[in-house]
Amino acid sequence: MSQLLEVSGVSVSFDGFKALNNLSFSIGKAELRAVIGPNGAGKTTFMDVVTGKTRPDEGSVLWGEPPVSLLGKSESKIATAGVGRKFQRPTVFEDQSVQDNLIMALKKARSPLSVLLFKPEASDFARVDELADVIGLGPVLSMKSGELSHGQKQWLEIGMLLAQEPKLLLVDEPAAGMTLAERKKTTQILRDAAKSRAVVVVEHDMDFVRRLDCRVTVLHEGSVLAEGYIDHVTQNQQVIEVYLGR
Amino acid sequence: MAELTAGPARRRPLVVRYPSVLIFLTCLGLFTLGATILSEGFGIGVISTSFVKTLGKTLCLCLVALGMDLVWGYCGILSLGHMAFFGLGGYAIGMWLMYERTRLIVVDSLAAGGLPATPEEISSGIAAQIFGVVGASEFPPVWAVAHSLPLQLAAVVLAPGLLALVFGWLAFRSRVTGVYLSILTQAMTLALSLYLFQNDSGLRGNNGLSGLQNLPGLENTSQAIVSIWFLWGSALALGLGYVLAAWMVSGKFGSVLRGIRDDEARVRFLGYPVEAFKLFVFTVSAVLAGIAGAIYYPQAGIINPAELAPIASIYLAVWVAIGGRGRLYGAVIGAAFVSLLSSWFTGGQAPDLNILEYRIQWVDWWTVLLGLSFVAVTLFAPKGIGGLFDLLAARRNPNRHGQDLGPDHGSLREKEADA
Repeated sequence: MSQLLEVSGVSVSFDGFKALNNLSFSIGKAELRAVIGPNGAGKTTFMDVVTGKTRPDEGSVLWGEPPVSLLGKSESKIATAGVGRKFQRPTVFEDQSVQDNLIMALKKARSPLSVLLFKPEASDFARVDELADVIGLGPVLSMKSGELSHGQKQWLEIGMLLAQEPKLLLVDEPAAGMTLAERKKTTQILRDAAKSRAVVVVEHDMDFVRRLDCRVTVLHEGSVLAEGYIDHVTQNQQVIEVYLGR
Repeated sequence: MAELTAGPARRRPLVVRYPSVLIFLTCLGLFTLGATILSEGFGIGVISTSFVKTLGKTLCLCLVALGMDLVWGYCGILSLGHMAFFGLGGYAIGMWLMYERTRLIVVDSLAAGGLPATPEEISSGIAAQIFGVVGASEFPPVWAVAHSLPLQLAAVVLAPGLLALVFGWLAFRSRVTGVYLSILTQAMTLALSLYLFQNDSGLRGNNGLSGLQNLPGLENTSQAIVSIWFLWGSALALGLGYVLAAWMVSGKFGSVLRGIRDDEARVRFLGYPVEAFKLFVFTVSAVLAGIAGAIYYPQAGIINPAELAPIASIYLAVWVAIGGRGRLYGAVIGAAFVSLLSSWFTGGQAPDLNILEYRIQWVDWWTVLLGLSFVAVTLFAPKGIGGLFDLLAARRNPNRHGQDLGPDHGSLREKEADA
């Protein structure tokens, strides 16, 4: 299977601190992958590199078929190429309604003029309704997103990601601060999303990862420590050392 | 619960999406009609021509405040140089007014000499008249198209627009934001003002352009009439500007602008080219400012480089803040309220205040009062005067977004649920 995203030999250092150290990572077109690792392992930096926020010192990031390099492209270009990103803290536009948030995220032309002349059609509203059902926010579409609960905001952000129709979803700690029931629902949303696209979930919580039931990449000190299914990974001696302390 | 669920908002006409448009246009129309009826030129003469001009100028200030609200209130770019665009618009129209009026005078005086004047004689006559005050008698290159009204009108839009485009492109692409951007815009207007102060800038140095209230060819029309024309023109420009601004901020474009204001990085990761949006809205608002300036200065009669001083742009920000940024009518109310109040206080009409031995003369103390109220608004009422309308709106039934009224029907005290 050809790969959707191929990161190879990427290193990033901040003032001498190596956040990523010769990291290689690849993911297929319809695959769910969890990335775990202790604090400072480079999970967020890895996402920053893929989404264009941080430029690596060396290495390559190849995307799509035929592969093109994502290095040097702006964040918005990379996003329109099909990389969607969810931040750790839920970042929705709190001053605007759930519907406005979703409409903004819908996959449409992004230039100022076409946005200015944009008129939502019935199909767009239908798509928004459909997404709202997926994330369970149908009844609160006209509510300001600032009034939502923490879990609902997380879902709204995932919904906005889905609205972008990305080929790759990078999701940073989606279950942080959620109740158990909310976690279950989030797991379901992510697993459904991964049926048609690549999804990378960065997570601390082992139980959540276990529930995702997918391949796991363990990062440590900026490079890949182990990769495989969760039971295989948790039996790896190095992983146990890193997670449970020496 | 389900039967109470209100359907989500669908696409509706502009006046429904942005109801203040209709209210605003009605108020503006009534105001203009009232001022016309009370004026000396067309009505019963209750208000003086100079006050009509003050009202017309105030409407222009409202228009530039509207532009300021677009960039600051909606897009979060605190520009402290917007009056530079306003001044450029004024200079652009002032050049034609001054050229054409001087030309008529020169032609008249040469015709009195008997022989028909050659174009060269006329041209040098005009140049001597206009530039004698700065010791020059040649037309500088910037006056190349001053003879043509259409071209100078184009300059009203193009000069501020191009300056904003170039400045914005340089600033936004290097991702200069926040206070650094504000300082840059201050520097821009200061530099422009200092440049114009020079005699060899080609725009008559600190003398500026004067006599702009006299429209060429209309020497026999009294200022009482002309002032009303300008009032109408100002009101029309403000009305159109309001509709344009409301159209821009009410749809998805407005969503993106407010998104940029609240979380720029997030908008970028949604795939929107944030810099292009900022540049677009910055340029549009500069053009609005230029148009406002072009209608303002013929009413003021004179423009000089002091009008582009940084303090003018800071006042503009203060107006918008006091009126309430992030809502269009807030900017208009702030500009009208504060600038009219300012002319009352500084016009010597406000009675002096005696506190113990000290005598507070408002001409000097008005700025202190303005500064204090700016601080007070920022600290205690960040929504400004416009926030008062929220209190009004809150008196109406709250929008429950289709939620039920309480934990269960037993908790209802009224028959609200049936409504």
